[in-house]
Amino acid sequence: MQEITLTQILFVSTALFFIGMYGLFTRRNLITMLMSIELMLNSVNINFVAFNKYLYPEKLDGLFFTLFIITIAAAEAAVAIAIIINLYRSHNSIDVDDATEMKY
Amino acid sequence: MSNYLYILWIPLLPLLSFVILGLFGRKYLSKISGIMGTASLFIATLVSFIAANQYFFVDGKVNGMYQKIIAFKYTWLEFSPNLSIDLGFIIDPISVMMLVVVSSVSLMVHVFSLGYMKGEERFATYYSFLSLFTFSMLGLVLSANIFQVYMFWELVGVSSFLLISYYFDRPSAVTAAKKAFIVTRFADLGFLIGILILGYYGGTLDIGLLIERLTATQSTPFISITSASFLGASMLTWGLTLIFIGGAGKSAMFPLHIWLPDAMEGPTPVSALIHAATMVVAGVYLVARLFPIFSMDEAALTIVTYVGVFSALFAAIIACTQTDIKRVLAYSTMSQIGYMMFALGVSKNGGENGLGYMASMFHLFTHAFFKSLLFLGAGSVIHMVHSNDMRDMGGLRKLMPITHISFLIACLAIAGIPPFAGFFSKEEILMAAFRANKIIYGVALFTAALTAFYMFRLYFSIFWNKETPIHFNNTDTNNLDLNVHSHGEGPWVMKLPLLILATCAVGVGFIPFSNFVSSDGLALEAHTDLVFSIAPVALTIIAILIAANFYKKQNAKSDKIAASLSGLYTAAYKKFYIDEVYIFITKKIIFPYIGQPIAWADKNIIDGFMLLLAKVTSNISVSIKGLQSGKVQNYALYFFGGVLALSVLFIYIWK
Repeated sequence: MQEITLTQILFVSTALFFIGMYGLFTRRNLITMLMSIELMLNSVNINFVAFNKYLYPEKLDGLFFTLFIITIAAAEAAVAIAIIINLYRSHNSIDVDDATEMKY
Repeated sequence: MSNYLYILWIPLLPLLSFVILGLFGRKYLSKISGIMGTASLFIATLVSFIAANQYFFVDGKVNGMYQKIIAFKYTWLEFSPNLSIDLGFIIDPISVMMLVVVSSVSLMVHVFSLGYMKGEERFATYYSFLSLFTFSMLGLVLSANIFQVYMFWELVGVSSFLLISYYFDRPSAVTAAKKAFIVTRFADLGFLIGILILGYYGGTLDIGLLIERLTATQSTPFISITSASFLGASMLTWGLTLIFIGGAGKSAMFPLHIWLPDAMEGPTPVSALIHAATMVVAGVYLVARLFPIFSMDEAALTIVTYVGVFSALFAAIIACTQTDIKRVLAYSTMSQIGYMMFALGVSKNGGENGLGYMASMFHLFTHAFFKSLLFLGAGSVIHMVHSNDMRDMGGLRKLMPITHISFLIACLAIAGIPPFAGFFSKEEILMAAFRANKIIYGVALFTAALTAFYMFRLYFSIFWNKETPIHFNNTDTNNLDLNVHSHGEGPWVMKLPLLILATCAVGVGFIPFSNFVSSDGLALEAHTDLVFSIAPVALTIIAILIAANFYKKQNAKSDKIAASLSGLYTAAYKKFYIDEVYIFITKKIIFPYIGQPIAWADKNIIDGFMLLLAKVTSNISVSIKGLQSGKVQNYALYFFGGVLALSVLFIYIWK
């Protein structure tokens, strides 16, 4: 079995990032947008782990960063869902196009 | 060196009463505000008497010479180790003398106002303004730093403005207040520049240090200030003259006197306090305070002398023709201040030559008492007659005996009849003038006779002349069947100050003033030369007799004289058209040729530039406001676009 190279992993994480970005821009449903953001965060996690493993195997910094990001992503999801629930209560919808009052 | 820190209370008490009455007076304390203000001032007066007693009789003297004591010093603004503005209180003979004068006259006015201002709607406000004025004036006389003097100087100006415009529903009072403020402000500009000149060359703003440096003829500051010259006069002359202009503005010297007669629109007790006894002598006090420096410069002193002597004569002539009793008193104030000024001007520093200085301070001292007495007496009369015009008065001596007696005493005092207070101080001034310059002596003598004439014209017109055409409030018909004289002279709070001040006007002349106040702190020999006194007293008595002849009974003699001198009389009656000259200069020259172009530039250039900036900003915002769409995803797009652009920039272009 062939060894997986850093480039391949970076390819996966880049793909994941842009899939997330595509979702963020195209979907109008806030829950889906939140999921897309999670995708992007995870692609960053993959980068951290991969760089740690391939470039500085004797250190643990990348792993720690990943742990932090997972924690913060969990907190962020909680906050975001709370916002979404409030939005639903006031607008009866979780569609971003229905919440455009904050403009000039 | 003993402890004088307690004199801090003297200005602080009125300040405290100003703050309390100003904040809470109208709503909560309107009943007791007068009592409160008077009580706090009473304590301050007591403290200043204690301080005066301690200074003059206990420990002010060292080796027979009165010392300058810094009672309190606090570094306020330190610009550099060498240059700082300190707040300090100085104690020396003139400041202690002024403390006594200001606090006691102010106390009398406070008491008098209890009766005079009773029932006014803004009674508490009146007392808070009076307290503010008293605080500022006491601070002014105690200041040890010339910049501090300037601050209190402006505060005094503000409180004078507030009190003149106390009846702000009268347009004339408002105009008078504005006039007083603007004219004195204009003069204060000179004062400020003068301070800066002296401060620049002296390298300090502390009065004591400034005097020390600028009077030592060998010192660098003195050499530099006398050798630097501008338009043919040395910087010392310029600095002192500009400071004198500030003083002349406050003290109503010609040609900056125009505000004083109009300032009589304020309540009469205010005129007694501010425009007779205390604030208007601030200019004299300022010159006296800096006198050691003034005495180094002949030119500045000459200006002081001639402005003073001219103002004295000029105001006396006008006073002979006015009919508003307060205006007569205002011009007489101006004339008396002229006396003080030229007495300073003819003086030298130190020893026997400092006679003029001593005389000036002595006259300031006595004048404060009899002039405030005259004003309070006039206040009493106005309170009774409800008019300011002496043609509405006459024969009041039976109706108001106490006012009559005290007014007579004050008139005798100002005319300089022995043994009343004014005699002693005026003699000293005439003596000083006689020694220095015979022309000035002549003018001063003539002015003294004029003073006696117009004061007794006033006295006879009010208290003798025709019989009692008293104007009671005609609308008040219900009370007519009651005792018509119940209004009388007013309550005891109005009579008591008159009696006290009358006692002072008789008594203060006997104080051996020259032992206490002199230009160098050493006691001076008193001069009461009987032979010398003959001429002025004789002239004064003749002037009084002429006035009695003209005005004691109603007759046409005075009108005949006026008609025969018609040109001079009309000119004097119109105050020599000085007001008209000012109006001409301001309305015909300054407004169209200076004011309007500046206004145009302000409107079109300065405002225009600002409007342009605002317009450009607003236009740009309008054109790009569509970017803020409210759509979250658009924002995310801009964000990623920005990140992308930065990445491209840093990776490919910015290598």
